[in-house]
Amino acid sequence: MSLYFMCLILFSVGLYSVVRKRNIIKIIIGIGIIEYSVNLFIILIGYRLQGRAPILSHDQAIENMVDPLTQAMALTTIVIGLALIFIAVTLAIRIYEKYGTFDITKIRRLKG
Amino acid sequence: MSLLIYFIIVPLAAAMLTAFINIRAKGKGSIIPIVAGSILAALSLYCARQLNFTQVLTYKLGGWAPPLGLSLVADGLSGFLLVAVNLVALLALVYSSKYMRHYTDDWKFYSLFLIMLCGMNGVLLSSDLFNLYVFLEIASLSGYALVAFGVSAEDLEASFKYMVMGAMASIFILLGIAMLYSYTSTLNMAQMAQALSTRPAGFLISFVSVLFFAGFGLKAALVPFHAWLPDAHSSAPSPVSAVLSGLVIKTLGIYALSRIFFNCLGISNKILMALMFLGALSMVVGAFLALKQSDIKRMLAYSSISQVGYIVFALGVGTPLAILGALFHIFNHAAAKSTLFLNAGTIERATGTRDINKMGGLNASLPVTGYTSLMGSMSISGIPPFAGFWSKLLIIIAAVQAGQIAYSVVAVIVSIVTLIYYLRFHTKVFFGLPVQNTAEIKEASPAIKWPVIILGFICLAGGLLLIPSLRDFLNRGVDVLVAGINYKDAIFQAVK
Repeated sequence: MSLYFMCLILFSVGLYSVVRKRNIIKIIIGIGIIEYSVNLFIILIGYRLQGRAPILSHDQAIENMVDPLTQAMALTTIVIGLALIFIAVTLAIRIYEKYGTFDITKIRRLKG
Repeated sequence: MSLLIYFIIVPLAAAMLTAFINIRAKGKGSIIPIVAGSILAALSLYCARQLNFTQVLTYKLGGWAPPLGLSLVADGLSGFLLVAVNLVALLALVYSSKYMRHYTDDWKFYSLFLIMLCGMNGVLLSSDLFNLYVFLEIASLSGYALVAFGVSAEDLEASFKYMVMGAMASIFILLGIAMLYSYTSTLNMAQMAQALSTRPAGFLISFVSVLFFAGFGLKAALVPFHAWLPDAHSSAPSPVSAVLSGLVIKTLGIYALSRIFFNCLGISNKILMALMFLGALSMVVGAFLALKQSDIKRMLAYSSISQVGYIVFALGVGTPLAILGALFHIFNHAAAKSTLFLNAGTIERATGTRDINKMGGLNASLPVTGYTSLMGSMSISGIPPFAGFWSKLLIIIAAVQAGQIAYSVVAVIVSIVTLIYYLRFHTKVFFGLPVQNTAEIKEASPAIKWPVIILGFICLAGGLLLIPSLRDFLNRGVDVLVAGINYKDAIFQAVK
């Protein structure tokens, strides 16, 4: 249970960073933290206390294994998260070239 | 049927080929994408025809039957949307073959566009929640890159805003999927529906519903979550705006929302009420914000919010007639809004501005653009012979029949407001006296003209879809949503 609670704290830290921080890079880091917390949550769903690796062989009974599907899901979301961070950082670099600042409150040309 | 996999393979392969070939050969970038788009459009029409004979088309990836393997499933609803998506995408590709020449490295545009198309097709076909999430991310990520394609300061700002919001939406959706998996131990939607129907709907289902509402609501730009849409859709290159507004918010937002709520979680009165309220709110807020815009593309983007409101509202009414109206409005709005966005691109190219106060009398020099825009506007604002009239009429009749008198009055008023801002757009841009020197503005090449002419014709003749012999095309989609969670039985029969 405490693991889930720590996962929630990690999520909140990321959310705080996305919502409250003014620096674009810190917002991107916040998105990254949120993603890690969700990945951790997915892993925790499939985890069993004292569980062993889910490797099937003929002489072993299927008992007390951790769920391999959630681990596969977490791998997929990590890759997606990587792609997202790439795009975000690329945008941040180009924004810095155009506006000369990372401050989100000064990047305000669109309105209405 | 093994053809379903080609909806994903063809755009992916074409994206890769375009990228490889066009590094060497410049300027001919549009051939492979247009060929791929034509193949996809033909395939989607063929699948829609196949669905006449069988209720569900399936394809098992790798030959593994679910729950071990993934499967692609096309039913009435997906089949209907596949046709809309692939047809409009093909026309947008033809348009961009001329329009995108002004940008450097246009092959990157085609690659990203095809990857986005692959993502949308995948969302429509996947029968597995996590698979749906992956395709949703494919479409969203290429969408962020496409919005920033012009790399002007405004494009980058809009794209960053879109990306942060979209990332949060995806995370909410992923969290919801993870919780559902921990509750039901399956990711297949049909099996999940079965597992959920045997258990009481507890606190967890309500919590997951809220997560999905926030996530898919952000993707569909319902009103409390709409802030990114006007920026993103007005900053993107015009063919991208047409596809984002016409297709992406509907497949990633409305289709996924209705598929999960109707066919997987099971619809309840509370969810219907929430859909109805959010829909009506989007209608009103979108329409009134569109009223005061002077930038053409911003006005069209706010109008998209308003029209998506109509669709979500009709889904919330929930009677078969209302759902028919909703699906029909999805189709009509896709055609009309794509026409208008493509034409907005032509106008911007011709006059060099998007401000409607700096234009006038363009109908003389751009007749095709003028008349097709008129067709699109009339369809969206609901003028009788045009297709949009029939879908709005169905939605309002269904709302009255369901006893939602107050909401239906709101829908009628919003329809009038819609007419007002489209008429203002037309009087300022196309009629009246020319403000600029119009002598050098000429109608563009056939690649620019023909897609909007075809789309304009669809806006005009789309009402024919309601005549009995063609109506099955829509009704099969309605059946899927009306069947609700009982729909799983059809899937179980088909996927063995």
